[in-house]
Amino acid sequence: MLWCIMMQISTENIDSVYTNSISSNVAAFRQGLHDGIPIGLGYFAVAFSLGIICRTSGLSVLQGFLTSLLNNTSAGEFAAITLIGQNASYTEIALVTLIANARYMLMSCALSQRLSAAQSFIHRLVIAFAVTDELFGIAISRPGVLNPYYYYGGMAVAIPGWSIGTACGIIAGAALPERIVSALSVALFGMFLAIIMPPARESRIILTVVITSFIASFAATYMEPLAQLTGGTRTIILTVVIAATAAYLRPVQSQQKEA
Amino acid sequence: MEHNIYIYIAVMALVTYAIRVLPLTLIRKEIKNPFIRSFLYYVPYTTLAVMTFPAILQETQTPAAGALALGVGVATAWRGMSLFHVACCCCAVVFIVEFIMVP
Repeated sequence: MLWCIMMQISTENIDSVYTNSISSNVAAFRQGLHDGIPIGLGYFAVAFSLGIICRTSGLSVLQGFLTSLLNNTSAGEFAAITLIGQNASYTEIALVTLIANARYMLMSCALSQRLSAAQSFIHRLVIAFAVTDELFGIAISRPGVLNPYYYYGGMAVAIPGWSIGTACGIIAGAALPERIVSALSVALFGMFLAIIMPPARESRIILTVVITSFIASFAATYMEPLAQLTGGTRTIILTVVIAATAAYLRPVQSQQKEA
Repeated sequence: MEHNIYIYIAVMALVTYAIRVLPLTLIRKEIKNPFIRSFLYYVPYTTLAVMTFPAILQETQTPAAGALALGVGVATAWRGMSLFHVACCCCAVVFIVEFIMVP
């Protein structure tokens, strides 16, 4: 009898935990959808011009759509598709993709520390499908451990924006009006600012890191020899140098990381 | 030699996925080393800041629009406006400035 009651209590507990986690996952997914809207719009506008390059390189609408759906990268796709137009070898395509996208490895490393250690393999496989600058940005702006469903909410807007935008660009054969493209691509930078500024206000070290990054990036963009490199490679070099220096000078205490 | 576009796409997709999936699946535990922990803690702020500036000046038809959007973005973000609203403000600033300055 007692055992029965205990069983009942424990199932009730499990039930409530279960529903709680479902409703919190739904809330996280919704929040991700909401934060993903500027990303989706920005991607759509930029993908249009990618569509034009696809067209010049001889990709059909389906092929361009697939490329964007399966890659979700901007610089990497621009570079590789241009080379495809020049009948490059498969090795060249692999190398160019690797170089243009290497920064995602750094982002995935940082993201790995935001997932619960117990997070299942399958969630990791799905998140990895779309580690982009912007989705990475909104993910790390969340406090504490990352709920994968938040990420999926962002993906649900960003991936269609990017892949459908590419397809539309191929069909239209022309870019969206310049005005719309620049306004929407700056929206993506606005998001980055919304992610880095609030913590910079709270922490002097982060503020220093952000200002140093701005100055170093400006210098590297216009100064030889760094100006010769692609944007992606420059980002990796500057990130590694600045983040490592900050880590050496001001190691983070574990409590600080929780905050 | 003729190349198959679908193989091109597969090559790109595989390389890109490998770059992203390896760290996420191989690093499954919390990193204990204080230096690496701190390094990864600073990576997002550095990398997003590096990608924002000066690129924001180059994305617009006139650098002034980008510069103004940067100013407005920093100010609104600093005051704690939500991601969505900061993005909208930057978007609006660029649209208005270009509307006035670019014929």
